[in-house]
Amino acid sequence: MIYADNAATTRMSKTAKKALTEMMDGVWGNPSSLYVHGQKAREALEEAREKIAAAIGAEPREIIFTSGGSEADNQAIRSAAEIGKQKGKTHILSSTIEHHAVLHTLERLQKEGFEVELLPVSEKGMIRPEQVAEAIREDTCLVTVMYANNEIGTIQPIAEIGNICREKQVLFHTDAVQAIGHIPVNVREDQVDLLSASAHKFHGPKGIGFLYARKGVRLTSLIEGGAQERGKRAGTENVPAAAAMAAALEEAVARMPETAARLTAVRDRLIRGLGQIPHAALNGDAERRLPGNVNFCFEGIEGESLLLLLDDRGICASSGSACTSGSLDPSHVLLAIGRVHDVAHGSLRLSIGEDITDAEADQIIRDVKEVVAYLRGFSPIWRDLMAGKKPFIL
Amino acid sequence: MALYSEKVMDHFRNPRNVGFLEDANGVGEVGNAKCGDIMKMYLKIEDDIVRDVKFETFGCGSAIASSSMATELIKGQPVSEVRKLTNKAVAEALDGLPDYKMHCSVLAEEAIQAALEDYENRTNR
Ligand SMILES: Cc1ncc(COP(=O)(O)O)c(C=O)c1O
Ligand SMILES: [Zn+2]
Repeated sequence: MIYADNAATTRMSKTAKKALTEMMDGVWGNPSSLYVHGQKAREALEEAREKIAAAIGAEPREIIFTSGGSEADNQAIRSAAEIGKQKGKTHILSSTIEHHAVLHTLERLQKEGFEVELLPVSEKGMIRPEQVAEAIREDTCLVTVMYANNEIGTIQPIAEIGNICREKQVLFHTDAVQAIGHIPVNVREDQVDLLSASAHKFHGPKGIGFLYARKGVRLTSLIEGGAQERGKRAGTENVPAAAAMAAALEEAVARMPETAARLTAVRDRLIRGLGQIPHAALNGDAERRLPGNVNFCFEGIEGESLLLLLDDRGICASSGSACTSGSLDPSHVLLAIGRVHDVAHGSLRLSIGEDITDAEADQIIRDVKEVVAYLRGFSPIWRDLMAGKKPFIL
Repeated sequence: MALYSEKVMDHFRNPRNVGFLEDANGVGEVGNAKCGDIMKMYLKIEDDIVRDVKFETFGCGSAIASSSMATELIKGQPVSEVRKLTNKAVAEALDGLPDYKMHCSVLAEEAIQAALEDYENRTNR
């Protein structure tokens, strides 16, 4: 099997599994208990917090553990909205290509009376810092722009946006779920106030993530109960998962230069190879792009059938077609970069992991070429395109 | 558990009657690129019997499988029977489809009915 869907989730690293099982075996007490067995769990939890803080240039007290990226996004945005509301500021700026964890939270806030403005992105999927500068108003309480996009891999100018927000004294949140552990992130240099991350995207366990909130930014708790996480997130902490997340992140950051260089080389090999397919186009920016992300549209075919046939050949990938999402619309990200429905349905995302070999990349290229040609062979759209009844879009 | 039944996967992997029919006398195309599935049915009808049928589909696994199964169900059948073909029959013959994929089998029914309509328009003229 060639696993090329690391943006969906990653396999747990040996290091993370070791940390997880060690904690489950030896440090299974409740961190809130006062006896030594409980306090050992407390120590392990705080050690995990320190490691995570160090990995992103934060202080330990600025990190709270959550159930993952979605919860962190929800809490970050709700907290900023709450702070804004108390000052009479109800305008929120974001982008059209955010993850649904952000977009749906914003939709909810809109129903509650907030004004949400989604900045359009360029054809390459980029936000320009000036767009943010121009759109910020007196009553803007939050700017939330993702660090790197989960579908097309574009990396946004986060430090520039952070700088603008800091100058204008507007809270800045970034969904860094796809960035953390893959590209360098430093919350001080980037001047972000709130940041979301999720362990299973960097070889940690699923169901755990963290929220960074700069000292002084008051969080609103989504889950009421005990006083865990300084009263900002009730519920007995998942110490083994937190320790495993910290171990995974520490390792990912230590290996980052090496991994990123290798992934970038294989990524570009894939982009070159798939780019040879006629009437295909790369989605996203070729340079400002996550090291492991490849995303193409192929005209005349539909993504789900492509995925199923690749699965038959042992390749795990993903697509933004409607039929893979269960809705009638293809990916909002592909639509936002101007891909029309016809071609947006025919997208393929490969998100490779560091263990991929050049031979596997070449295998992917061969298989995708064959399957695309096969599906075009009985596509009525392709027939019309080839007959000149419709102009090619790509 | 796989997403689709074995039957669906079989018809998806080895679609029956796939392609284009030069001498079709009834052609129907339904769906649109907006929703992500387009089906085109070519019928060759003689003496009120579907002598041959071919399909072309742009769409997901269940769209391709539904087209394939639908062609099998109508091949050799009298037009009066073909007219009664429902998407339910197509889905059942495939051992079921996930709920959110039922619309793909509806397209198969519609494509065949559109092709029949085309045939009737041509012959009545
Ligand atoms: C950009 C982005 N944000 C948020 C999430 C949600 O993370 P989680 O699955 O940990 O809730 C994901 C993962 O799918 C993501 O890619
Ligand atoms: Zn479909």
